[in-house]
Amino acid sequence: FFQYCLSGHPTLPCNVLKFKSTTIMLDCGLDMTSTLNFLPLPLVQSPRLSKLPGWVLKDGSTFLDKELKECSGHVFVDSVPEFCLPETELLDLSTVDVILISNYHCMMALPYITEYTGFTGTVYATEPTVQIGRLLMEELVNSIERVPKAQSASMWKNKEVQRLLPAPLKDAVEVSMWRKCYTMPEVNAALSKIQLVGYSQKIELFGAVQVTPLSSGYALGSSNWIIQSHYEKVSYISGSSLLTTHPQPMDQASLKNSDVLILTGLTQIPTANPDGMVGEFCSNLAMTVRNGGNVLVPCYPSGVIYDLLECLYQYIDSAGLSNVPFYFISPVANSSLEFSQIFAEWLCHNKQTKVYLPEPPFPHAELIQTNKLKHYPSIHGDFSNDFKQPCVVFTGHPSLRFGDVVHFMELWGKSSLNTVIFTEPDFSYLDALAPYQPLAMKCVYCPIDTRLNFIQVSKLLKEVQPLHVVCPEQYTQPPPTQSHRTDLMVDCQPPAMSYRRAEVLTLPYKRRYEKIEIMPDLADSLVPLEIKPGISLATVSAVLHTKDNKHVLQLPPKPPQPPASKKRKRVSDDVPECKSLKPLLSGSIPVEQFVQTLEKHGFSDVKVEDTAKGHIVLLQEAETLIQLEEDSTHIICDNDEPLRVKLRDLVLKFLQKF
Amino acid sequence: LLVFHWCPGAGQDVGRSCILVSIAGKNVMLDCGMHMGYNDDRRFPDFSYITQNGRLTDFLDCVIISHFHLDHCGALPYFSEMVGYDGPIYMTHPTKAICPILLEDYRKITVDKKGETNFFTSQMIKDCMKKVVAVHLHQTVQVDEELEIKAYYAGHVLGAAMFQIKVGCESVVYTGDYNMTPDRHLGAAWIDKCRPDLLISESTYATTIRDSKRCRERDFLKKVHETVERGGKVLIPVFALGRAQELCILLETFWERMNLKAPIYFSTGLTEKANHYYKLFITWTNQKIRKTFVQRNMFEFKHIKAFDRAFADNPGPMVVFATPGMLHAGQSLQIFRKWAGNEKNMVIMPGYCVQGTVGHKILSGQRKLEMEGRQILEVKMQVEYMSFSAHADAKGIMQLIRQAEPRNVLLVHGEAKKMEFLKQKIEQEFHVSCFMPANGETTTILTNPCIPVDISLGLLKRETAIGPLPDAKKPKLMHGTLLMKDNSFRLVSPEQALKELGLAEHQLRFTCRVHIQDPRKEHETVLRVYNHLKGVLKDYSVQHLPDGSITVESILIQATAHSEDQGTKVLLVSWTYQDEELGSYLTSLLKKGLPQSTP
Repeated sequence: FFQYCLSGHPTLPCNVLKFKSTTIMLDCGLDMTSTLNFLPLPLVQSPRLSKLPGWVLKDGSTFLDKELKECSGHVFVDSVPEFCLPETELLDLSTVDVILISNYHCMMALPYITEYTGFTGTVYATEPTVQIGRLLMEELVNSIERVPKAQSASMWKNKEVQRLLPAPLKDAVEVSMWRKCYTMPEVNAALSKIQLVGYSQKIELFGAVQVTPLSSGYALGSSNWIIQSHYEKVSYISGSSLLTTHPQPMDQASLKNSDVLILTGLTQIPTANPDGMVGEFCSNLAMTVRNGGNVLVPCYPSGVIYDLLECLYQYIDSAGLSNVPFYFISPVANSSLEFSQIFAEWLCHNKQTKVYLPEPPFPHAELIQTNKLKHYPSIHGDFSNDFKQPCVVFTGHPSLRFGDVVHFMELWGKSSLNTVIFTEPDFSYLDALAPYQPLAMKCVYCPIDTRLNFIQVSKLLKEVQPLHVVCPEQYTQPPPTQSHRTDLMVDCQPPAMSYRRAEVLTLPYKRRYEKIEIMPDLADSLVPLEIKPGISLATVSAVLHTKDNKHVLQLPPKPPQPPASKKRKRVSDDVPECKSLKPLLSGSIPVEQFVQTLEKHGFSDVKVEDTAKGHIVLLQEAETLIQLEEDSTHIICDNDEPLRVKLRDLVLKFLQKF
Repeated sequence: LLVFHWCPGAGQDVGRSCILVSIAGKNVMLDCGMHMGYNDDRRFPDFSYITQNGRLTDFLDCVIISHFHLDHCGALPYFSEMVGYDGPIYMTHPTKAICPILLEDYRKITVDKKGETNFFTSQMIKDCMKKVVAVHLHQTVQVDEELEIKAYYAGHVLGAAMFQIKVGCESVVYTGDYNMTPDRHLGAAWIDKCRPDLLISESTYATTIRDSKRCRERDFLKKVHETVERGGKVLIPVFALGRAQELCILLETFWERMNLKAPIYFSTGLTEKANHYYKLFITWTNQKIRKTFVQRNMFEFKHIKAFDRAFADNPGPMVVFATPGMLHAGQSLQIFRKWAGNEKNMVIMPGYCVQGTVGHKILSGQRKLEMEGRQILEVKMQVEYMSFSAHADAKGIMQLIRQAEPRNVLLVHGEAKKMEFLKQKIEQEFHVSCFMPANGETTTILTNPCIPVDISLGLLKRETAIGPLPDAKKPKLMHGTLLMKDNSFRLVSPEQALKELGLAEHQLRFTCRVHIQDPRKEHETVLRVYNHLKGVLKDYSVQHLPDGSITVESILIQATAHSEDQGTKVLLVSWTYQDEELGSYLTSLLKKGLPQSTP
């Protein structure tokens, strides 16, 4: 019962669980913060970026000036951005039997795992997770592939060289493992290995383990997972939310009675209240537009954007923004907006009810119909004709390193009328902005992270009462920047076990029982005996069959009738075959009744002598004595088998069999 | 333990479905349909059969609705609001969305148009739907601690599902109506190898092995095309949701390809709404539609327009889809009466018609119909029947049985003769019993459930550790004690059972005196016995201990000289009851004496 921790990122987890001879990968998140070390990929030639000076070492050597560029005191790698993969050396990933995906953000490393490690298993995910996950991957691949970058830097990764670099490049972990983005054929191959599942569906793995996705309330189709056998239960929590946004509410009840609860994907901004942030987002947006400026919202093509559009739908008329165009630019913008409308079953109750009318569950359908919201695959084509300012643009990628957002940063960065509003919490906004400095544009940070905060976690843990909690080490101490806030950590009893990247944990577990099935004919043959009031027992002698990790007890085969010819054989040939099992005995033998029984069975010369511990019963003629003590009986006799068997059976009548 | 079934409505009658299943003490009602052929009390099932006295809510653990057709859900508001049932009603999301619309539509026709009383009201439909719990496909719904249900995709119509009902190890699968071949808008039914004790399957098309779908489609298009070409009008009575969308897709693509101009209409009201449902529940349609819906939504039609009552009198050709599908009321019947007299026109019945409906009458060849007010309507228009209704045919039913591997099959919703044929086929091919109860009949099926118990890991490990046996065919015998306390069953080792009950073990020991004629010295006799036993008992551990005794496993043998006769040695063989067989065997072996030729 082990947990291999392949990712150190608490919200982009990748763990492998060895559970009852099954190897289960829980999520495969891709840490994209590595891209912050790279220069942005501009869609249109950017004179500013191409004029950045090469980086020169303190001693004046310039051998890195092609690979590294300096911008406002920060050093960036001038190359195609690369991602930090989950650990691939900790265990042989080709032995992974299944991968369980909890939400579309936590599957971005999937092609690296399924296409490069010899993985032959199955991936399980819900339909919205797969469809939206595909969109995210498509957007990622598209935004990197459509800007062909001539060079790919690798010299800086040399350990000796990396040592000389300024932070944060100097401290970047496992840079040799960083990889370029996968391709669409790899994405398609990876996604073809996914099997779709529904909430509360019980999926049997090899007869040994059952896994079940539960609604986690965080995103469309997002799930937590229960991994259990008949006697062990591990709950895996990843990206859950108790706020009422668009997804189906979180299923908490099913998490009860867990032996181990693995807790990942908590809010990255524990101090920010999402509702307050949405309010700030709206007011900053309105203010900028009223002053004639443009608003840029770097975002993912799915998720919080649906909620933001819904807020704006209610807000724009009252704020007098009815004539301001809203643009949503992404290669998957149309698909994302369309897909959001067809997953009624995965939505919160209110949205479900709308579909019954039948009306589209999200009001952005109306925004599109009334031309208030327009979507385009990219800034090229139709968009350049329709583009009117001032406007609001939603586009990716939130890291500001690739995608159409790079263009708008370059375009609007110089004017203080414009505002960029950060809503996605995955990247530090200051780091994201670094290669655009100096910047005149206003920057507003309204991170909206609906995932569980520490207050909700402690309430949840009190309610579901797991025996043990396992979580990333970041959650067992206050955030480094707020070390006095001891309320910003997981607090439970016994204390949570923590893990870090590339660590193997042995999960505490004591298992005492297993499930077995008794076949009906065997059950019929059992003779239950009431030992104490309410407690009965029956001795079971049966044949054990084990197949596919399932155990079944059957009636033992009847001893075959010895064929006639066998009778002639000498007894000594029939050595008893298997050590036949006799039950244990319990009880004691009341001497008087025993003597009476003996007499009834024709023993006329029974004599009883008292001893220190009990009695001796003598059968004089048969030269046999029977020692009776409280917990033992000893029959000493001549080699007269019929007599011995008779006495044995008389004794057994007084005893209980186990 | 037994499962028993009783069908107040279904059985050998396509009229309506309503089945009661009792499984391991739980009572589940499957579907709650009404009979479209009757206009009196007979249209609803007689629920007093279920329980004479006592409330339905107390008796039934849950109600499951397979899909939105009225012969499967039409009696639901009557059942829950007028007879009275407050327990849970399960159906899929699309069914939950569409079912109340069809109920309301039907209520309007019956009450508002025909002026019938004693029918459920709009409010009752709403109240009834409040009791509905929507389920996802493959979600395991725990109705209570023991009873669980699970829905599988059934094709047939949007949101149609098959249901598995499970209590402990016993289970029943109810198919509702299903379709094993994907059509133009829906996918094929699918179920895993869940091996239910009983599969309850519909058998509407029990004997038909229908010709290929493509042929039927071509035939349909040809007939429509010919009629339109000669200036005739085509009436296609349909239900608003289901086949209608499939035929619309078919005609839409044909019109597009042939560049036809004759108008196609779809009777208003439900149309647009219906197509909207298909757009929003696109995940329930077939793979092709789902894959392309972002680029082109198949349910947005260019050539098909909303119908207005006045259009029926327009001159020239046209095609009209009108509801309801069996020509028993409403717009389809009105149009039929207008067009029936002209032999240029055509009516195409794309689905099954229940006895008593106008649809059924014209399909069985009747050409003079008595309408309301004793009016006689002469039917001159051409009448065509095309089975487009998506039910499984014999081949599909066999296919489903192969998928699910049930131990028993029960056929409902079909006609006696056809079912008999299929029953024989099923019994021959799968060697399972097949039942076909008549309306109102009860079928009892004995099941033989296994009993799951908890086995202590120690015991299980001990037993499996005895192996690996050289001969895998040799059964592994295990011995344990089953403790039964309250409702928990635990299988533990006898030692643990004693310990848990606070009882001491009682040791039963035997010591047998065996006399052997051997003049040699004691230790030599012992050595001879040792060699003898070692030779015979090859698989056992036989040891000669320094104190002069011999052990065979845990059996102890000691030799003493006979007090009177020096030529006789006495062997004391001592064993406990647990070694009974070996001990008994040893004494009889030794009694026969030692072999002469011992070295």
